[in-house]
Amino acid sequence: MNFKKLTIPELKEKDINNEELVRFYLDTIEGEDSEWQSFLTVFKEEALEKASSAEEEMVLPIAIKDNILIKNKKTTAGSQILKNYVAPYNATVISRLEKAGAIFLGKTNMDEFAMGSSTENSSFQITRNPVDKERVPGGSSGGSAAAVASGEALASLGSDTGGSVRQPASFCGIVGFKPSYGAVSRYGLISFGSSLDQIGPLTKTVSGTQYIFNIIKGIDEKDLTTRKIKENKWTDIEWKNLTIGIPKEYFQKEVNEKIRKKIKEVIKKAAQAGAKIKEISLPNTKNGLPAYYIIAPSEASSNLARYDGIRYGERSAAKYLKDIYEKTRDKHLGDEVKRRIMIGTHALSSGYYDAYYKKAQKVRQLIKNEFKKAFQEVDVLFTPTTPHLPFKIGENLKPLQMYLSDLLTVPASLAGLPALSVPVGKVENLPVGLQVIGPDLSDNLVLEVGKKVEKIL
Amino acid sequence: MISKKEVQHIADLARLHLTDEEIEKMQKNLDSILNYVEKLQKVDTKKVKLNLPSSCRFRNDEVKESALAKKIREQAPDEEDGYFKVKSILD
Repeated sequence: MNFKKLTIPELKEKDINNEELVRFYLDTIEGEDSEWQSFLTVFKEEALEKASSAEEEMVLPIAIKDNILIKNKKTTAGSQILKNYVAPYNATVISRLEKAGAIFLGKTNMDEFAMGSSTENSSFQITRNPVDKERVPGGSSGGSAAAVASGEALASLGSDTGGSVRQPASFCGIVGFKPSYGAVSRYGLISFGSSLDQIGPLTKTVSGTQYIFNIIKGIDEKDLTTRKIKENKWTDIEWKNLTIGIPKEYFQKEVNEKIRKKIKEVIKKAAQAGAKIKEISLPNTKNGLPAYYIIAPSEASSNLARYDGIRYGERSAAKYLKDIYEKTRDKHLGDEVKRRIMIGTHALSSGYYDAYYKKAQKVRQLIKNEFKKAFQEVDVLFTPTTPHLPFKIGENLKPLQMYLSDLLTVPASLAGLPALSVPVGKVENLPVGLQVIGPDLSDNLVLEVGKKVEKIL
Repeated sequence: MISKKEVQHIADLARLHLTDEEIEKMQKNLDSILNYVEKLQKVDTKKVKLNLPSSCRFRNDEVKESALAKKIREQAPDEEDGYFKVKSILD
């Protein structure tokens, strides 16, 4: 049997042998991952053994981004500084998945410390987009997206700080979900921007994403920012009872014209199915990206101070303590990580804090308020996920050009809102994702609407 | 434009050792990023109140035994008798 295109709803219905299923993915990884380079480590024997001894009727073969801790497994976050780091405990999402019958196939490639939009910032390898191998899979969860799109895994977990699940999902033609901030525990996720980071699933269908989200979500005493999301009262929602907001700022010239056209086609289909469409304005959208590129690096500069060669990770030899810090960080951190640490350190430094960090936090509040107001008039928002199509590997975009990849995903991150990317077709043979953004904690509404979108394509 | 001296100062604060060449490159990169984020200065935020997330929960500050202590220590590049070993701070 070939399970490359298998979806979670299909797996639930069919009677598939656990061992055969897991063996299929492991064989696919062994035979084909040299082409995609999605995986940094593969747990072949352990996964097979677990599959053969599993008591569950259905197991879930899943790939995990390499910034999520699996006990006794190497966890690198794509960085040389953690190349030999072995996780001492399980992330909460890992414990929850394990209880639900997940079998971990391996750890996936990523931009170093999740900083990037192409996975080219990984210090280990370059991952290719299974839709077009000359192109990047997006990032930072590029390995997780490529693993699902190539059929090497049934599903995967990624992490999203400013678009790192949604953008690669869009680039690889699959579904990716960033839950409301706090919906999923961050315990055991290597921190990047703590007020933004969320773990989210990547799958082939929205139902699959919802299935995994239901396993990993929920309050966790080990992460006091976790919150309870709204119960799913939307399972029978109909198009005619939905008002969809179209924020005009997401359809401006910065966004590829063909992508805009494709998204507008979907909006038209939703209208034909009975949805009310309302054009709205979110004037602070354009301020999202600059605010993000102060807030995220600021938090990163603080979070990454721990990589100093003392308590864990690599250490470079030197005579004095300060030299150990500097040499360790110099040798084992990549250019993009250093750049963000520099921006963040500058933004938080004495004399600049008010002008940068505090200002950005205020703009963030404006963005939050603006969304809140919009959701008094509309139920969800439809936008493109990315402003451009997947770019070529090695195009060597300047840092700022690369940052523009996050243009349409960052506002929902800053506001902590649930946001889903659903594949809606192709232009120039490359996938396009529709982003569905919903009100705070209405993750289930976003997912239910996502399922309805799949049906009208 | 941000000066080389400022770049050096930030690198020092961040405990990053940058070569002259890296400083020059970083200066250009930082300059373009800082120019970009400069847009925010034009946004009127006088009336904005910063709200703490409504969901902030706090736990009691209690010391608890952790079964992980040994495992975590084992990750250290250098440790002895339950302590992390570091180099001298002063001569």
